[in-house]
Amino acid sequence: MQETKVITVPSEPQAGPSAVWTRRWVGTLHSNLIWLCLVDLLMCAGMTAGAPSLFWSAANFNSMAVQFPGYGILALAMVLPMITGGIDLSIIGLSNLAAIIAAFVMQSLAGPAASGVSVFLVVALAVATALAAGALAGALNAFVISRIGVSPILATLGTGLVFSGLAIAMTNGTAIFGFPQAFTWIGDGQVIGLPAPVVVFALIALALSLTLSRTAFGARAYLLGTNAVAARYAGIDVRKVILRTYVTSALCAVAAGLIISARANSAKADYGAAYLLLAILICVLGGVSPVGGSGRIVGVVLAVVTLQIMSTSLNLLGVSNFAAELVWGAVLIFTMAVSRVERGKQ
Amino acid sequence: MTRALRWVRPEDAVTGALLVVFVVATSFVNPAFASVGTLFDLARGTIVPGILAIGVLVVLVSGGLDVSFTAIAVLAMYGAVKVVMAVGLGDHVIFVFAIAMMIGAALGALNGFLIGTLRLPSLIVTLGTLSAYRGFLLTFVGTTVIPTLPPAMRTLARANILTWQSSDGSTESLPALFLVLLAVIAVAALLLNATTLGRSIYAMGGSATAAERIGLRVRSLHIMVYSLVGVTAGVAGTIHAVMNRVANPFDLVGLELTVIAAVVLGGARIEGGHGSVLGTALGVTLVSVMNNTLIMWGVPSTWQNVVLGLLILLGTGIAAARSHRMDLA
Repeated sequence: MQETKVITVPSEPQAGPSAVWTRRWVGTLHSNLIWLCLVDLLMCAGMTAGAPSLFWSAANFNSMAVQFPGYGILALAMVLPMITGGIDLSIIGLSNLAAIIAAFVMQSLAGPAASGVSVFLVVALAVATALAAGALAGALNAFVISRIGVSPILATLGTGLVFSGLAIAMTNGTAIFGFPQAFTWIGDGQVIGLPAPVVVFALIALALSLTLSRTAFGARAYLLGTNAVAARYAGIDVRKVILRTYVTSALCAVAAGLIISARANSAKADYGAAYLLLAILICVLGGVSPVGGSGRIVGVVLAVVTLQIMSTSLNLLGVSNFAAELVWGAVLIFTMAVSRVERGKQ
Repeated sequence: MTRALRWVRPEDAVTGALLVVFVVATSFVNPAFASVGTLFDLARGTIVPGILAIGVLVVLVSGGLDVSFTAIAVLAMYGAVKVVMAVGLGDHVIFVFAIAMMIGAALGALNGFLIGTLRLPSLIVTLGTLSAYRGFLLTFVGTTVIPTLPPAMRTLARANILTWQSSDGSTESLPALFLVLLAVIAVAALLLNATTLGRSIYAMGGSATAAERIGLRVRSLHIMVYSLVGVTAGVAGTIHAVMNRVANPFDLVGLELTVIAAVVLGGARIEGGHGSVLGTALGVTLVSVMNNTLIMWGVPSTWQNVVLGLLILLGTGIAAARSHRMDLA
């Protein structure tokens, strides 16, 4: 919804720069973002009242910072496909496959105890191989969707099974563990005082945000999701937009897979199966329209933070993981119902 | 001619031919495959996925998608077993099924309400309810495996309709529960092809707007469709428990994509309005045969998902290419 506004803002010549600026911020702070901020504040207030020493502790914030980048980046991977009116169900399979490919490269070229310069080269090669495989996988998704014409749900359902199937076949379903320290650093290292995964998450979010708001590709992605027929008649190369969308999504999925496996110091074909729902939930919670055409990275980042605070709070209060599953599902449906009723009023 | 076409559509012929080729080729590779024992094993293995697939077919035909049916199945099954054991109705298996079907219908109706009345996208709604239903089950209903089922369910587990004495002296049997699958298939075929409700579901799947304009009540149709999915899920969940002889609340969830894949392989289109009971039955059989024969082909069973994924891409790709050609013509 907000996005169409952003596109129309420049076409109002009478509005001065400050009005445009204000409009933009009002757009950014659109209802569900305000709602998310309120929920965050409420949860923080609740935890301050309920368990302040547990919640406001360095250990707690550290553990939150370690947890969210993995599924947060998977949620970012889902944003572009959803904005273009599609979906990418293959991200979990791909992220595990990428982690396993990287693990294979590292294990065949360097053991966990290896050190020195060569180990950095091996890790760099492993990461590069995983990213290349990811790009290829994304291109395959795009090919099946835009050239063959299979709907994104079925195309990525199929490729997702192939990716996770390859991951199972490569490992016989067992975990690979023991990576060089240069690789596990991606999961537990620090950059200027911040955990490395958080930095990666922030960089990807920033890059995606700029791509969506400042590039022609971003505008085309929104248009494609708003009205695919109009996009085609407007002369947009739909296949190219789809290709870039799904390759970007796949690269994000690979980054998430590498971070998760670096943190766990292991790679396995069935890690993070529940993250697929979580990624979609975060996107919808963050204001990405499930039918395409709108959504902002800022909202998704806020939704990631909200979810992390929520699950940490539930955890600290001793609520079981199963109850969290119930709460997530209920929150997803509640959010959609509320925004639906709101749109109905407009 | 048109009547025959309606029953055997070209997509179904393709799936059927693929199945026949697969079976004949496997029998050549491994003569032991072509036996009554294998047939009964395959039949036994298709009961639960087959019933689930019929539910998925109805929702695909209506133009929606449901991924919550596994959670409904396990919640209905576990809930029904608990209720029956609590009130001491364990001597009548019909009560277990009735309660499971009612729980399934209620949960399905909630899906249908959210999708039809609030007009939310079905995939996202059912992803949400998948999580919520399972979370509800494991938080409030129970997390322990019930190892001893009510006596009527144990009796049902032992009931066979056919037994076969094979040449090596072993006895193969076809469980009576296979009749339930046949009944579900027959009812679904009648419902979809010979009732106003069924034709309305096809119409809605073809175009919800057009269906509304010709006076179909789209909201109640949605509730009807998703309740039907819930009912089939309740039946399938209960049968799953009977066949495994335990009620495990951690079962079934995770199967949803495989079942949807089988239905799509059977020619149902995710855009709605297309799909047949025969095609779905063939799709489920194909997946089941494939899972059971990969080993005979020298393909390790760890490659199952890869082959299934490729089959989906192949099946949907052919369908997409064909409809693309028809658009151009």
